[in-house]
Amino acid sequence: MTTELTFPVNEQQLQSFSKDRQEPAWFTNARLDALSKAGKLELPKPDKTKITKWNFTSFSYDAQGEATSSYKELSDAVRTLVGEEQKVENLITQKNGRSTYQAVQENLREQGVIFTDMETALKEHGDLVQKYFMKDAVSVDEHSLTAAHAALVNGGVFIYVPEGVEVKSPLQAIFAHEGSFGLFNHVLIVAEANSSLTYIENYLSEGSGEEAAANIVAEVYLEDGAKVRFGAVDNLAGAVTTYVNRRGQVNGRDAELYWALGQMNDGNTVSENTTYLHGQGSYGDTKTVSIGRGKQIQNFTTNVIHFGKDTDGQILKHGVMKEAATSIFNGISKIEKGATKANGEQTERVLMLSDKSRGDANPILLIDEDDVTAGHAASVGKIDPLQMFYLMSRGLSETEAERLIIHGFLEPVVGALPIDSVKEQLYDLIERKVY
Amino acid sequence: MTKPSLSVKDLHVSIEEKEILKGFGIDVKGGEIHAIMGPNGTGKSTLASALMGHPNYEVTSGEATFNGEDLFDMEVDERARAGLFLAMQYPSEVSGVTNADFIRSAMNADRAEDDQVSLMQFIRKIDDKMGMLEIDQSFQHRYLNEGFSGGEKKRNEILQLLMLEPKIAILDEIDSGLDIDALKVVAKGINELRSDDFGCMIITHYQRLLNYIQPDYVHVMMQGRIVKSGGPELAQKLEEQGYEWIKEELGIEDERVGQE
Repeated sequence: MTTELTFPVNEQQLQSFSKDRQEPAWFTNARLDALSKAGKLELPKPDKTKITKWNFTSFSYDAQGEATSSYKELSDAVRTLVGEEQKVENLITQKNGRSTYQAVQENLREQGVIFTDMETALKEHGDLVQKYFMKDAVSVDEHSLTAAHAALVNGGVFIYVPEGVEVKSPLQAIFAHEGSFGLFNHVLIVAEANSSLTYIENYLSEGSGEEAAANIVAEVYLEDGAKVRFGAVDNLAGAVTTYVNRRGQVNGRDAELYWALGQMNDGNTVSENTTYLHGQGSYGDTKTVSIGRGKQIQNFTTNVIHFGKDTDGQILKHGVMKEAATSIFNGISKIEKGATKANGEQTERVLMLSDKSRGDANPILLIDEDDVTAGHAASVGKIDPLQMFYLMSRGLSETEAERLIIHGFLEPVVGALPIDSVKEQLYDLIERKVY
Repeated sequence: MTKPSLSVKDLHVSIEEKEILKGFGIDVKGGEIHAIMGPNGTGKSTLASALMGHPNYEVTSGEATFNGEDLFDMEVDERARAGLFLAMQYPSEVSGVTNADFIRSAMNADRAEDDQVSLMQFIRKIDDKMGMLEIDQSFQHRYLNEGFSGGEKKRNEILQLLMLEPKIAILDEIDSGLDIDALKVVAKGINELRSDDFGCMIITHYQRLLNYIQPDYVHVMMQGRIVKSGGPELAQKLEEQGYEWIKEELGIEDERVGQE
């Protein structure tokens, strides 16, 4: 079955959008090329979730927010995430694709670190962007949503850390979404040899919820010995349908990529996260926590694909489903022929809080090499009534007992997240979402 | 202040349609320690679980009052907050929740927002009690009962007992699986609580725990009810002569529930 998607942007509009942003010609052309593909390619097919009726195409495309540059003009929600202005080190905030605030430490600039919005990056570092943008990690023509993404990119950030530079303070990006705006956010991170960085991103909704679509792609490239910690807290409103695809291309020997993903959207979401371990001795670690509520349907697929020898891939996913939420958790560890001594391990656990919630955990090991080690564990269950009895027999109310069990269930993931600020945000968010 | 009291009359309890308790009755008051003894399968643990409100047990008839209130009208947590405590034979494991967080939440459960136990007060108290029970400091930060040995779980139950200071405690085979040193430590913890404001029901197979905690009353359970009661000397006699003489005296062929 082929469903042709019609996106609410035509060639002329796209051309003029690109021109307004003074984009290089190669990018404008790539947009137009991708737009023609987007209508012809099929939707992705996330395993066990049917998304053909989801809203990926109904949204408005004109950026509504005007660029501001003052901390005071940021919304309360954004300021809460940012903290005090005096303590801001490296931060980019955007609303509906336009930058609203930017700060980068001077010493990072001096060392050649680039941390800027995608719009500026295309103007000032076009060659560098062109070298990586949707080349290896994510391809334009994978399906209609990657093509639509390449065509309609309207926000995001670019990070480049030169060889040997260790960025100590986290680089933080906050992407606010409002109204019916179609958010096509692209994050591109390049970590050269022996560099290191921590990047944290937040997606949040402001204002009242209107039907909208978000199409998010993040690409991370790591060279020899590079170390990247990538933290994300997705918290878009219920009316926003989200496709988010975060991929790491771990090319370098002994490079290390850590994902810490809080998947807390309230709307239907397809979230794909893939780590390609090419470099010999490279390491990929994915930790995700998810909460589903209302009637939302979500699909979380984590892939770790081992090409290099001695590669190690770890996946740990915990999810809590309440009310009538449905979620599929797919974990795929794939070890290619030649990836000797590779180790792939994964755990998926789902806790269901109601009779109407649905959760499914599918651990998959695909192994084409003999000399490897791999393991998986999965569980889907409800709160154990005997645990409830035990906790309540000490005086805890039903609500408090349930709260402790849920926290306990998520703690092995949240507590182990390598980025403290993401950990704190998630504790808060879990508290608000579960009760 | 009136002494706490637990009064049970003609209690009948079933699990999966099978009647286990058949007319059990007891009165426990502050200052009293009652030992409930009896061979396996006579309904002792069912009694403990039913009084606390275990979801698998159904009270089919009879009544229980706790400080004058209808116990079976209360939810499990309400019973606990009223001052009833059950040291369980098989406490649950709860991953991701540290012992300290759990115990502190429990201590604060019946306290008003502005009267919560402060972190300092808590630490002082738990350090003191853990010292008394000869428990390692790391215990606090381990997940609740997860990976605990049988003996560690028992000590953890007693630690919670000492931290929560209930009015009436039921100890369900707290001595099983403990070596003699651990038994002495646990006994020391329970003796620490002895006062007119604390009543206790100790369920046990063996007399040996009673060497360290002198009971005021000893009751023997068979076929789901108390068949004989006496003072500490009864426990001594059971230790020396076993249960056969009671069965003979009462004409009981098989003491287990559902075997008569």
